[in-house]
Amino acid sequence: MQIKKQVSFLIAIVWLGAMQIASAALTIEITEGVDSALPIAVVPFDTAKLSSKLPVDLAAIVASDLNRSGVLKSMERAKLPATPHYSNQVQYQRWRNAEQDYLVVGRVLEKSPGVYNIEFQLLDVLKKKQLLGRSMQARKRNLRSRAHQISDFIYQQITGTRGAFNTRIAFIRAQKKDAARKYVLQVADTDGFNAQNVLESDEPIMSPSWSPDGKSLAYVSFENRRPEIFIQHLATARRSKVAGFSGLNGAPSWSPDGKFLALVLSKDGSPDIYTLNTATKRLKRLTKHRAIDTEPVWTQDGKSIIFTSDRSGAPQLYRINVAGGKPKRLTFEGRYNTAAALSPDGKFIAMVHGARGQYKIAQLELETGNLTVLTDSSLDESPSFSPNGKMVLYASSRGDNGFLFAVSIDGRAKHKLSDQAGDIREPVWGPFDSK
Amino acid sequence: MKSNIKIRSWLLAGFLALFVSACATTQEEVLEDGPPPEDQMPVDTGAITDDGSGGADASGIDGSGDDGITAIADDGPMTALELLEQTEGALADRTIYFEFDSAKLTSESIAILETHGNFIAGNGEVTVRLEGHADERGSREYNIALGDRRAQSVRRVLLFQGASTDQIDTVSYGEEKPAMSGHNEEAWSRNRRVELIYTVN
Repeated sequence: MQIKKQVSFLIAIVWLGAMQIASAALTIEITEGVDSALPIAVVPFDTAKLSSKLPVDLAAIVASDLNRSGVLKSMERAKLPATPHYSNQVQYQRWRNAEQDYLVVGRVLEKSPGVYNIEFQLLDVLKKKQLLGRSMQARKRNLRSRAHQISDFIYQQITGTRGAFNTRIAFIRAQKKDAARKYVLQVADTDGFNAQNVLESDEPIMSPSWSPDGKSLAYVSFENRRPEIFIQHLATARRSKVAGFSGLNGAPSWSPDGKFLALVLSKDGSPDIYTLNTATKRLKRLTKHRAIDTEPVWTQDGKSIIFTSDRSGAPQLYRINVAGGKPKRLTFEGRYNTAAALSPDGKFIAMVHGARGQYKIAQLELETGNLTVLTDSSLDESPSFSPNGKMVLYASSRGDNGFLFAVSIDGRAKHKLSDQAGDIREPVWGPFDSK
Repeated sequence: MKSNIKIRSWLLAGFLALFVSACATTQEEVLEDGPPPEDQMPVDTGAITDDGSGGADASGIDGSGDDGITAIADDGPMTALELLEQTEGALADRTIYFEFDSAKLTSESIAILETHGNFIAGNGEVTVRLEGHADERGSREYNIALGDRRAQSVRRVLLFQGASTDQIDTVSYGEEKPAMSGHNEEAWSRNRRVELIYTVN
């Protein structure tokens, strides 16, 4: 037994060694657009002065980012009436005739071999003036990231809300090879590019949770044929087992200050919520009930935890004070409400909402108790808010595969991420600092 | 250079995987091997009683001659392994099914589990791993808890029949390891289950 444990640990190390290998990219598809989205034209950036061709198309990345938001709608490249690169080359009337509200122009200069300067300007077509201009340095390896930052600048300037394009998502990919299954924990950019393997295993991997600094993931791995919770630092691939008690070890969730994990253990009987101080390893039991208590998430102030419990006879969401006390029930509509995700402003909870045999993503407004169903499919799960609170990322099973979807919180804009190599599920959107 | 490293690490992973599966095979898969080969059969099976005379015609019950009738010695009770290898009867039934969002056992399931419980209680060399599962609907961690609750329901019956806590291990895979794929009631009903996985030590 001891030998077996050591061997599987070794294997994990080998897998981690393979982490830098880029895997098949996810493909992205906008499934629901918004007619009232603001029209914006993103002109290809001038790269004519570069000594070699740029490996990425910056303007295309920006246009694609803005389209996914549902707030902006970028003009098809073939329809652009002109290709200016500086604001002083813009004939505003032409863009007005093309019914564009905004225009983005830019150029890339080479400071030294492999070191670039990207300049862009966001222009208001109606007011005929610049809204924003930035110059940023880049190297080959962070060109995509810079493009997402440009999208963030533009989105924030127009909507007043911080953009979340330059962040990452984590998710699980499950592959079937003959009778066996393979599970991969991956992180990728929000547009599915730069997917990297964090961990591969022949046994299930579940429930990834981002540390608030975006540098580590906590997750559940069955690599030792039972569920155990690990924390892994992404850049170094260093990891440690933080919970391997008898029974369940599940649903890790990082506290907003990064010092605690909320988790589920059944070592003392039925599944209950505990908090673990990650530095001192001190455990504190928060719930004590013979029912199932699971899926804890912290409120932004770190003072409460929202969790799923079937103490009423069916699973519903509850809130409990971290200092202790009696849990308060939050959901009353429908017989099945689980897997809470809290919006960054703390005003909304996204959840899996089961009604009439269908499992959809719904959003509860805490102040009013209003429940809005956001999705129209039947096997949806794992909701997670974008760090700016504008999108909800979730997983949905269709046919033989699982896909990731992101829906705007008004339910109007939606896009889909799919992976040819397998079933993808359990997405979690990383924090602003996850790049 | 990079691809070299890649190939090497995969090769290493491959070797380690082979090593592990070899380890696993010797320990866990005894039950799947079918009946033991002839030379491992208990020595007294089918042995002819010795009447001491040693003659060619001494094998008959009454010693009267070559009518082809021979006496058979007592084989003793079946071993735990032999009992588990039977393909019929309650012991061969090692999957217990459940209703949606429920860990309640049917009376048929309880009857099957009582047989298992008696068997485990009577065979100290036997251990069982109870693997709880759920269908795909709803959230994954809740389904892990549900699979655990199902495994605990099964465990209680086994303990009540006299099985020892040391003989029972439980694990829940929730919806992570479906027995049947598909998004319909047929698949779901096959996936809401506890599997009893035996090891004879």
